[in-house]
Amino acid sequence: MNDYQSVYLALSAILFGVGVLGVISRKDAIVVFLCIEIMLGAVNLAFVAFARANQSAEGLFMVMCIMAVAGAEAAIGLAIFVLLYRKTGTINIDKFNLLKW
Amino acid sequence: METFKIILPATDYVAVLPQMVLVATALIVLIMGVFKKFVNTSGVGLTALAGSVLALACALFVGHHGGPSSSFAGMVLDDGFSYFLTLVICIIIVLTILVSLNYGVFFENVKSGEYYSLVLFAGVGMVFMATAGNLILLFVALETMSISIYALTGFHKDQLKSGEAALKYFLMGAFGSAFLLYGFAYIYGATGSLDIIKISNFIKTHPQILHLKFMVAGFVLMLAGLGFKISMVPFHMWTPDTYEGAPTSITGFMATGVKAAAFAALIRVILVPLAPMQHSWVSLMWVAIFLTMTVGNLIALAQENIKRMLAYSSIAHAGYILLGFLSGTGLAQAGMLYYLMVYAFMNIGAFAVVALLCKKGEEFNNISDFAGLGFKYPLLGLVMTVFLFSLAGLPPTGGFMGKFYLFTEALRSGYVWLVVAAGVNSVVSIYYYLRVVVIMYFKPEVTENAVVLTAVSPGIIIALAVATTAVLIMGVLPSYFFSFAGNSIFSLM
Repeated sequence: MNDYQSVYLALSAILFGVGVLGVISRKDAIVVFLCIEIMLGAVNLAFVAFARANQSAEGLFMVMCIMAVAGAEAAIGLAIFVLLYRKTGTINIDKFNLLKW
Repeated sequence: METFKIILPATDYVAVLPQMVLVATALIVLIMGVFKKFVNTSGVGLTALAGSVLALACALFVGHHGGPSSSFAGMVLDDGFSYFLTLVICIIIVLTILVSLNYGVFFENVKSGEYYSLVLFAGVGMVFMATAGNLILLFVALETMSISIYALTGFHKDQLKSGEAALKYFLMGAFGSAFLLYGFAYIYGATGSLDIIKISNFIKTHPQILHLKFMVAGFVLMLAGLGFKISMVPFHMWTPDTYEGAPTSITGFMATGVKAAAFAALIRVILVPLAPMQHSWVSLMWVAIFLTMTVGNLIALAQENIKRMLAYSSIAHAGYILLGFLSGTGLAQAGMLYYLMVYAFMNIGAFAVVALLCKKGEEFNNISDFAGLGFKYPLLGLVMTVFLFSLAGLPPTGGFMGKFYLFTEALRSGYVWLVVAAGVNSVVSIYYYLRVVVIMYFKPEVTENAVVLTAVSPGIIIALAVATTAVLIMGVLPSYFFSFAGNSIFSLM
């Protein structure tokens, strides 16, 4: 029954790693945000795999909550991006350096 | 076909009464903000104030009678720990709203309904974080708080600085939440439950799982996720930028409320259930605490902007509080709670003074703007001096007693060198706190573009008076508050 659990977990870890690398290396705010969404996808996959292994529904409920919250987060994030784009015409995170040290 | 009966006893609602009052107020305020034509603009803020005071009264008089209990099928815990933190967080919300009422005189947008409702929603998230008994509720509460604060950080829509602060906080905050969730996933995988009490019991009855890689990975990831929220080095990068760019009233809220809620989650989710793992995190935490204190204090020395200086100081204070986490004993945890309470008063107080020094649409944030303020406005200077003394940890203020409790417990647990480092750090920190006092009293007033107090409303006077009194009382009569904190820790579920 749980034969594939390690496969799912490995995939989830790889996806999480891809997300982390993307957040660290990419400069476009939207791409960075999408990488965070990839990380959340990895988390969801891990929860589903564990929920199947544990035979409990709690993990599945957590996945629903994560998806709902990710939607709310996207809404506020895109609002911030639009605000900055209107002001500066760019959302490259390297261009925002008013605040340092 | 089976029928399902859902029975919710009446006491369940009593356990979440402060949260319900806060949510109701937030919704009322939001609607009032929409009907601007019919409602006086100051009415919005006053309604929010009334609601938060009511929530504080509910937290004080209704919550937690008798022993610890859980409600909503274990989702909400009603124990002494919840009681203590709900009180602290409600006080923080009331003080923040009092400061915002005055801050709104300088910035028109802060008077709006959405500002106050976001503050209240963030407060609801914080209270639920402190009372959550289940990782699902904890996560949703954390995000309720964070999302409201992302929006509040960018509230000065006309200032690029504010937007930039919101962008940085948003990206780092979402990044941190993902780590926290991945940690939850591993803990869930290892223990088979998301209920904190069930996790705790499972670990007690199955000590062999502590050696599973899942548990260690889960711990490290959760620590990183909460580390973003409490601005622990190396996850502190966003803190100074966000604190500087955010509206000053919100900076005080973030520095105290978010930190109190995140430390509550840290105690509930990591320190108590994972206590059998303690030996495996000692060296990791030792390094993290040392870096957090040292980096925060050393960089604070070089700051010219008071908000930025207080941001680095808040990083250093997170390091001191984490000392209690490392010691891990009951008294050390009580010390953490005591310090969180003092820290709330002194930091909101300091930010309230900074929030007073504004003119229409502009803040005076440079430390040089404080020149001559001590003699020009003696009371304001005195109050700021009290807060800075307390932040520096000088007697007879609450900050001194807080450090005293945390350092003695760490010493008793055997972390001598770390306590020595903390002591050296405290001495270093006195330099940059007292520098502001010296500038206030011994520098002549600047002649052009001098700071003038244009608006001092009764609200902020009450806030400053309450914060000063609390800081002094907690310094002079600490035992009452310390035993309150101790009782709340020992009735932790």
